[in-house]
Amino acid sequence: MSERQFVTVDGNDAVTHVAHQVSEVIAIYPITPASPMGELADAWSSVGRTNIWGVVPDVVEMQSEGGASAAVHGAIQAGALTTTFTASQGLLLMIPTMFKVAGELTPTVLHVSARTLATHALSIFGDHSDVMSVRSTGWALLAANSVQEVQDMAMIAHAATLKCRVPFLHFFDGFRTSHEVNKIEQLTTEDIRAMIDEELVVAHRMRAMNPDRPVLRGTAQNPDVFFQAREACNPFYDAVPRIVQETMDRFAKLVGRQYHLFDYAGDPQATRVIVMMGSGAGAVEEAVSELNRRGEKVGLLKVRLFRPFLTEAFLAALPKTVQKIAVLDRTKEPGAIGEPLYQDVATALVDGWQAAGGGALPTIIGGRYGLSSKEFTPSMVLRIYEELAKPAPQKRFTIGIVDDVTNLSLRWDPDAFSEPADVKRAVFYGLGSDGTVGATKNSVKIIGENTPLHAQGYFVYDSKKAGSVTVSHVRFSPREIAASYLVDRANFVACHQFNFVERMDMLSAALPGATFLLNSPFGPNEVWDQLPGEVQQQIVEKKLKFYVVDALEVARNAGLGGRINTVMQTCFFAISGVLPPAEAIGEIKNAIKKTWGRRGEAVVQKNFAAVDASVAGLHEVNYPQTVTSSRKRLPSVFGDVSDFVQRVTSLILAGKGDLLPVSALPVDGTFPTATAKVEKRSIAQDIPIWDASICIQCGLCSLVCPHAAIRMKIYGPASGNGKPSGFVSTPYRGKEYVDQLLTIQVAPDDCTGCGVCVDVCPAKSKEVAKHKAINMRPKMEHLERERASFDYFLGLPDLDRTTVKSDTVKGSQMLEPLFEYSGACAGCGETPYVKLMSQLFGDRALIGNATGCSSIYGGNLPTTPYTVNRDGRGPTWNNSLFEDIAEFGLGLRLAVDHQRVFAMHLLRELSGEIGGDLVESLIQAPQLTEDDIQTQRNRVAQVHQCLAQSKSPAAARLRPILESLVKRSVWIVGGDGWAYDIGFGGLDHVLTTGRDVNILVLDTGVYSNTGGQASKSTPRGAVAKFASAGKPARRKDLGMLAVSYGSVYVAQVAMGSNPAQTVRAFHEAESYPGVSLILAYSHCIAHGINMETGMTHQKDAVNSGFWPLYRYDPREAHEGGSPFHLDSRKPKVPFKEFAMQEARFAMLSRSDPEGAERLFKMAQQDIDDQWNYYEQMASVKRALATESDEVKS
Amino acid sequence: MSIDLSTKYLGIKLAHPLMASASPLSVTVEGIQRLEESGAAAVVMPSLFEEQILHEEQEMQRLYEFKSESFAESLSYFPEAEEFRSAPQEYLTTITEAKKKVSLPVIASLNGCSVGGWTSYAKLMQEAGADGLELNVYFVPTDPQMSGTDVERRYIDLVASVRQTVSIPLAVKFGTNFSSVPHFAQQLADAGATGLVMFNRWLEPDIDLEKLQITPNLVLSNRYEMRVPLRWIAILREHLSISLAATSGVHYAEDLIKLILAGADVVMMASALLKYGPETLGKLREDLRVWMEENEYESVAQMKGSMSRANCPQPSELERGNYMKALVSYTAPMDI
Repeated sequence: MSERQFVTVDGNDAVTHVAHQVSEVIAIYPITPASPMGELADAWSSVGRTNIWGVVPDVVEMQSEGGASAAVHGAIQAGALTTTFTASQGLLLMIPTMFKVAGELTPTVLHVSARTLATHALSIFGDHSDVMSVRSTGWALLAANSVQEVQDMAMIAHAATLKCRVPFLHFFDGFRTSHEVNKIEQLTTEDIRAMIDEELVVAHRMRAMNPDRPVLRGTAQNPDVFFQAREACNPFYDAVPRIVQETMDRFAKLVGRQYHLFDYAGDPQATRVIVMMGSGAGAVEEAVSELNRRGEKVGLLKVRLFRPFLTEAFLAALPKTVQKIAVLDRTKEPGAIGEPLYQDVATALVDGWQAAGGGALPTIIGGRYGLSSKEFTPSMVLRIYEELAKPAPQKRFTIGIVDDVTNLSLRWDPDAFSEPADVKRAVFYGLGSDGTVGATKNSVKIIGENTPLHAQGYFVYDSKKAGSVTVSHVRFSPREIAASYLVDRANFVACHQFNFVERMDMLSAALPGATFLLNSPFGPNEVWDQLPGEVQQQIVEKKLKFYVVDALEVARNAGLGGRINTVMQTCFFAISGVLPPAEAIGEIKNAIKKTWGRRGEAVVQKNFAAVDASVAGLHEVNYPQTVTSSRKRLPSVFGDVSDFVQRVTSLILAGKGDLLPVSALPVDGTFPTATAKVEKRSIAQDIPIWDASICIQCGLCSLVCPHAAIRMKIYGPASGNGKPSGFVSTPYRGKEYVDQLLTIQVAPDDCTGCGVCVDVCPAKSKEVAKHKAINMRPKMEHLERERASFDYFLGLPDLDRTTVKSDTVKGSQMLEPLFEYSGACAGCGETPYVKLMSQLFGDRALIGNATGCSSIYGGNLPTTPYTVNRDGRGPTWNNSLFEDIAEFGLGLRLAVDHQRVFAMHLLRELSGEIGGDLVESLIQAPQLTEDDIQTQRNRVAQVHQCLAQSKSPAAARLRPILESLVKRSVWIVGGDGWAYDIGFGGLDHVLTTGRDVNILVLDTGVYSNTGGQASKSTPRGAVAKFASAGKPARRKDLGMLAVSYGSVYVAQVAMGSNPAQTVRAFHEAESYPGVSLILAYSHCIAHGINMETGMTHQKDAVNSGFWPLYRYDPREAHEGGSPFHLDSRKPKVPFKEFAMQEARFAMLSRSDPEGAERLFKMAQQDIDDQWNYYEQMASVKRALATESDEVKS
Repeated sequence: MSIDLSTKYLGIKLAHPLMASASPLSVTVEGIQRLEESGAAAVVMPSLFEEQILHEEQEMQRLYEFKSESFAESLSYFPEAEEFRSAPQEYLTTITEAKKKVSLPVIASLNGCSVGGWTSYAKLMQEAGADGLELNVYFVPTDPQMSGTDVERRYIDLVASVRQTVSIPLAVKFGTNFSSVPHFAQQLADAGATGLVMFNRWLEPDIDLEKLQITPNLVLSNRYEMRVPLRWIAILREHLSISLAATSGVHYAEDLIKLILAGADVVMMASALLKYGPETLGKLREDLRVWMEENEYESVAQMKGSMSRANCPQPSELERGNYMKALVSYTAPMDI
């Protein structure tokens, strides 16, 4: 038998290690934080990794979790050993099938990285609200509390389900466990084989659907027998706990780790006990050890098998001495007597405590903790035990927050608990792009796998996709590390980006005497004077050992560009003392070779060079014993901000959101818009600088800017006061505005430096061809001037919308963007479309946004890019779910339409007060142009005036809905994962309704937000997650499916290829009084392209016929009209030529050249066939029946 | 009369002096097979480029690093492939596979201009079964501070470095832009080259007038370009015992004959094969045989170098750079 290895892996990896080996069919669908399990399973199968029976598991991606669960249901019914992975909303979508699977007593395991359900807000983080929603499905619920346990419980679940026949849901905490890297003892294949009983597998096969032994399952039953049949499964449920315990015992015999249905830790004579499940148990155990050391009689009861809940086992595990119990639930059930575990514990005690030999019924209190991965620390646990010690402890409480509204929270002392001194703790602050997390994971692996020490890494990311900050929390310990909370008292703090010292408080986490390593362009003698006072103060007060290294310089010299991770990692080992430095350097090099060896010798050598140069570049700083700087850190918000932003947003931005009390937050998830502008993240290295002398005033730069950070304004020479000296303007050349000035202005602190604007700029200097009308220049050289200029620019008046020809590219850019400075990736291909929509229609837009990238950069706290114009108007936005936004958007339209109808009804009722002419003009208003809309707004204002004094009930009813008479623009926005896959059913239905909604599909051809999984929009031959071997099938032609209805306006656009067609399509879609669908080609980092040239690359996408441009306008489908317009030319670039510029395709020609050749050939055939079809469509004459074409509006 | 067309190149005996030089025709195993069937005596594979090797390594690295570990929901964007066939690996596979399927010598080619880790591919090419290695050196100096000697030093160092790593024959393909081709050629030979391939035809820049971009491309050779190697082979033949291969502008049998007369051990072709098909090789070989027969040559060895600078009647004509009226001698030299 092979030796068990100690490996350093995260929870998702630990699960998949087991699940992949014991499964034959794996149905998957991406959802955070469970996606990596499906990705690993797919990747392993695609390279031929086999299960314990020597066969490669069949991994299939479905269109939704609902689809995945149904595929699982089918596969187990046909006798395959099957598994799937999910979380949160995904689990909810599985519920209907889960009842069926359990009802049919079919063995399977569903692994859930437990995640918060969306309520007042979406959260990707961890709690048990999802798992608790499936309590009634009849599945066994088995909890794992740590990375080691995740592997072990996965094994126990797979083994037990076969014997019980009851399906198992194995869960563990999302992120805290699924993404925590920890050292575990990995099961060998022999272990796994030994745990699976082949006879049970045979029994499962024999129960399966088989035409040679036909059966009927899934009947419909009547009142006569359903009830009895439902009770027939009882013995199976009764047997589950026993079987699970037997399986645990068998596991213990084999592996040595003994688990029980309920595991108790602490004083055997405890009087106060906490009952809970999940990763928080780690924090409780630490506190219990401490209290036991102090002689306090406390304990922890960890629930492993939550369903079926075996009262006897629970009571047996509970010390008979217990007098008070606190049950902790990581979920919230509003309106319930208590949360689920609390209720079960209470019931169990009432049911059996005395019969089991207990005395007086213990006091039971219930508390909520850790929602959405809220920190849960030993200090909080101490407070709970303290509460239990009171004569009358608070019956219901929360811990971890300050609830100043219903006063449920227990106030705790964060310093009440200290981790043992021999646990070395480090915190690393970095940027996503500098590789800090990767290097830290590497360090954890180095320690975990090469020394007797245990190592743990947990990583915190912010919500931005450009310039995102990462914080890595690391522990090294001679013992197993159970600490399931962030490091807030560190022996080592590293700041990998110098400008962080200006922006965030890093050193509050430093212990006195800790080491502070700073990546600094300033040397040991200069750096002190560059630090803000707050930083100096902490260094002095805590007597920190302070080191600097110019990591950027070292990395650049080694040929690593801005990738400073290797340098910082080496410096960490050089000064942290975790390993002897020489040994550490050897291990770093080994790790480099292991991690990057297959990428090539050059990569390895460059990193080796960086390692060798790092220590020489490291310097200790001798600093004065007093604070010498009067400079303060930068504020977290800039400009004039609202009270809410000052009180709430600014704290969240400063990383102190945990301190906000309940009263500070909205009760219903409603937040103000126009907040991205207060951030001023200033993340660009280079920014575009305008050369007015050669600008041709086309507006393309402004159009393509993903962040609305370069803008165009036309204004009168007399506009504005206090023009800064560096402000540039030039006479406007167009005929529509005479004697006006034009300025193209960068927002220097909001620009991400992507360079897309410069790439598309068509104006080149006659003398120096590389010099364009805008050019990327170092920000620091221009910052002061451009800041002043941008402030002035914002103050300049905007053009009167009624005068702007917004159906042209240039005209569209004269309108103020109402979507600005989002956290999307630098060079994002989606946001320019959203911004364009906001410019054209944002002041009257209602947006329903499917979950995905666009909902994250659109609505992830702390701020939103949606903003308002001077009149306070702007897009109003909501995200319902991933799967339902088409229907949600339809609902918006239904409400708006109904309000309009009701308003018209009331207007007529009030025509005496308002005046018949005004009423009729309001009702009959055409609202086709900006002028019409402005006129209608004026009429509405008139009505408000007329009714100002009115006391009539009709007036009271009319006032709140009067604005609905101004044309509303309803937009349904989402990505292809939504439109093509999970939301297609709803979208398809909405297409048939004829209602005036505009559907914008930001089509990246991949699930971008969850990390690039294949969707049905993924083109043939592209490599994506879940399609590691290249997508085998042709891309779904969603546009033509919609065209087939006849009555849907459909446009396929690519802004980078034909911006005029894009602008035209947006106008046509919006003006069409029925359903409109725009498929917008959106380049994405998941394509593996140079994002700077993303827009110009779109030209090749169109020229190759990969993405033909067209518009189908039902308004032309009458009297023999040809409603289908093919707007791009016959393909002239071979597909392969286009494809090889994108890593998603090029990768395949590396990993599987023959397969690539075959798929690329087919992809070319797809293109040829599609073009042929579209060409024919362009000449098809259609005449739709006028009645069905009539739009209800 | 039976005519012996055989020759030796890099110490390898060839049936005749016509080789296929690096071109798209020899990229794949199938292409190499077709060249053999068409009558090539040996094949040079297209170069594996230093730039390409390094670029590819860097790009793959960057691709996986780009945006990874930055955002909680998407810690990566591409599936990690367990096995990547990088261009170098594919190249090596092609050598191995080709060697299994053809009997003609296969010369691998490596292009670069600096000593570095990438030259380890030379060894891998040898291990993959290449019969010889052609080092295709290309460097465009742009720094006025860099002297001709500095440039030559790069070449020499590179040749010496590769020579140390492989035991198979090593040819060096270089360009004409050296102030003293003979001196430079001698240095290459001293550094360990077992053959010289004259000359490299560079990718030359062009300007796209619409986009105002530099667009480098390669145009096929024309037949008069063979006169450049003709001159230098004729000059070098008497000084160098290593193999000399002529390439550039060989389109017809006459071109080939002239180059052999000047002293070429082999003649390499690409443009004509691309233009007229690999079958041209067979035709030219036959034309060579007929010409030799008509002119009563017994073997290639016999005719090779018979018109070199040492052996031709008017060596000074090889040195002539400009038109001028032929210098007519009215008397015999004094000492005869």
